Amino acid sequence: MGRLIRCIADNVVSPLGVTSAANYEAVKAGRSGLARYEGMGNITTPFVLSRIDRDVVDGLCSNLGIEIKAYTFFEKMVLASAAQAVRDAGIDARSERVLFIFSTTKGNVSLLGDAQGFPSDRVLLGVAAHQVTAWMGNPNPPIVICNACISGVVAQIEAMRALRSGKYDYAVVTGADEQSPFIISGFLSFKAMSDAPCRPFDKDRKGLNLGECAATVVLAVTDAVSEGWELKTGAIRNDANHISGPSRTGEGSYLALREVLKECSMDDLAFVNVHGTATAYNDEMESIAIYRAGLIDVPVTGLKGCYGHTMGAAGVVESILSMYAVQDGTVLATRGYSECGVSYPVNVSAECRKTTGSSFIKLLSGFGGCNAALLYEKH
Amino acid sequence: MKSIEAMGMNVSGLDNVVISSSKVLVNGRALEHESQGNAMLTEIYRSHVADWPKFFKMDTLSKVGFLATELLLKERDEARMGSEEFASDRAIVLFGTTASLCADRNYQATIQSASDYYPSPALFVYTLPNIVTGEIAIRCHYRGETQFLVVENFDSHQMAFHVQCALQDSVTKSVLVGWVDSTGNDDFECFMTLVDRNEAACADTLAEQMEGIMNNLK
Repeated sequence: MGRLIRCIADNVVSPLGVTSAANYEAVKAGRSGLARYEGMGNITTPFVLSRIDRDVVDGLCSNLGIEIKAYTFFEKMVLASAAQAVRDAGIDARSERVLFIFSTTKGNVSLLGDAQGFPSDRVLLGVAAHQVTAWMGNPNPPIVICNACISGVVAQIEAMRALRSGKYDYAVVTGADEQSPFIISGFLSFKAMSDAPCRPFDKDRKGLNLGECAATVVLAVTDAVSEGWELKTGAIRNDANHISGPSRTGEGSYLALREVLKECSMDDLAFVNVHGTATAYNDEMESIAIYRAGLIDVPVTGLKGCYGHTMGAAGVVESILSMYAVQDGTVLATRGYSECGVSYPVNVSAECRKTTGSSFIKLLSGFGGCNAALLYEKH
Repeated sequence: MKSIEAMGMNVSGLDNVVISSSKVLVNGRALEHESQGNAMLTEIYRSHVADWPKFFKMDTLSKVGFLATELLLKERDEARMGSEEFASDRAIVLFGTTASLCADRNYQATIQSASDYYPSPALFVYTLPNIVTGEIAIRCHYRGETQFLVVENFDSHQMAFHVQCALQDSVTKSVLVGWVDSTGNDDFECFMTLVDRNEAACADTLAEQMEGIMNNLK
């Protein structure tokens, strides 16, 4: 018995499209969801955001038979992505052998500013998650991974483990975050945001952009993977250094990379899809971690120039786009990059490149000193 | 069972610390304090920890999780304080229902009205519940896995399952497991315990033990 983990379906709902394939085509064509806003709510500082059209999500929900008045925008984007992926996977979500795992940093937090008539407990992540599993008819108590910006990778690692335990046959992992004045004002207060489209790893990078997305992978346990995608391994490590700044030595990211490299054949590795938020500290830290892990020559690619930082969704959408890119023999361009601005010259490019590799590493790091990496391999 | 607890015995089989707004129990023994709520946390910090000024910057969730960990490791006499050694073999896996709600409300108050708009990074950072895992990792020099999982209700079986999941990591040998909830600056509940691979081998046993510790909060 192998207990191998296979990805059997995926979905991305973002400003660039409502299927994974549409998103991949848009990114490959160089499109971005980023746009400039002069303010929002009480915020009067300009910022750049990738925002989902609310009507598009309502339309998706209506088509899936989801009552749009009964759910918050956050719940609807999760439902729209999860329901489509479950349908594509052809699994019965009502089975107790199916586990739902959610990844979000702030869920329904916008309700604190405007309750919109929803009960006050909907701001609790477990209660919001339950709205989704209840609609699905799933009997298991949902779990919400709330590990800052690494949540989407952690959720996939947790799903892999849950499946390997033998207790479940399928895990539906959905990552999502809604951008509201709560989060935007917070990142502005950190002076972490750029008022122009972000420039990952570039010498002129000025900070991050935020983004909205809901993305889902459906994972299944199997004894052998003959074709398609296998989630091979993942690791989560802490810098034990600072709660809101990355380690100067890239410690946690390095340790996480070192752990997943134990199961990685370097000859097959197509690229590392990095966090690449375009803040001064993050990109510098990642370059150090990549260098220390012996990956300085491996192509590196980042997607924040297309999606912004989608927080709870980032680990999931960026994994999905990476799968499509490897299948297409492509290392996606890092939109916004022009000239290297980190201490260790990572192998990053503003253009799409060819690859014959069959695996990729997804790397993330976040507040609380947390870091996570996972390894997917194509068969 | 109640009477055994009243005598100050640890019936769970796992070393544990329990903190609520009005009491602190270390392996069932009540620590003395005069104050309640947040003031009690400061009082316990001064009398039992005292050498970590970062404590005063923390939000309530982090204060509670940090203190419970300090008292637990002290009770176990683990030689890690002041050590420059970093370890990756211990995971921190915390659970709760309200997550950062208390910090969320405090932060929301700073952006709610245009005339009184003063968002603060010091408040905003604590609107991520996993910050408490980072605070503990920094203090203890733990470079292992850190996780915060949010659930709808306390469910010891669900917790035991995810503790077992954490132990699938090839480096992780033990897990600091906690339940941490804070609904207000003076309103919180927490338990903290530590399990190794053997202690987590049977999910039902671990669930029963955590159920027992949780009962001490009532």
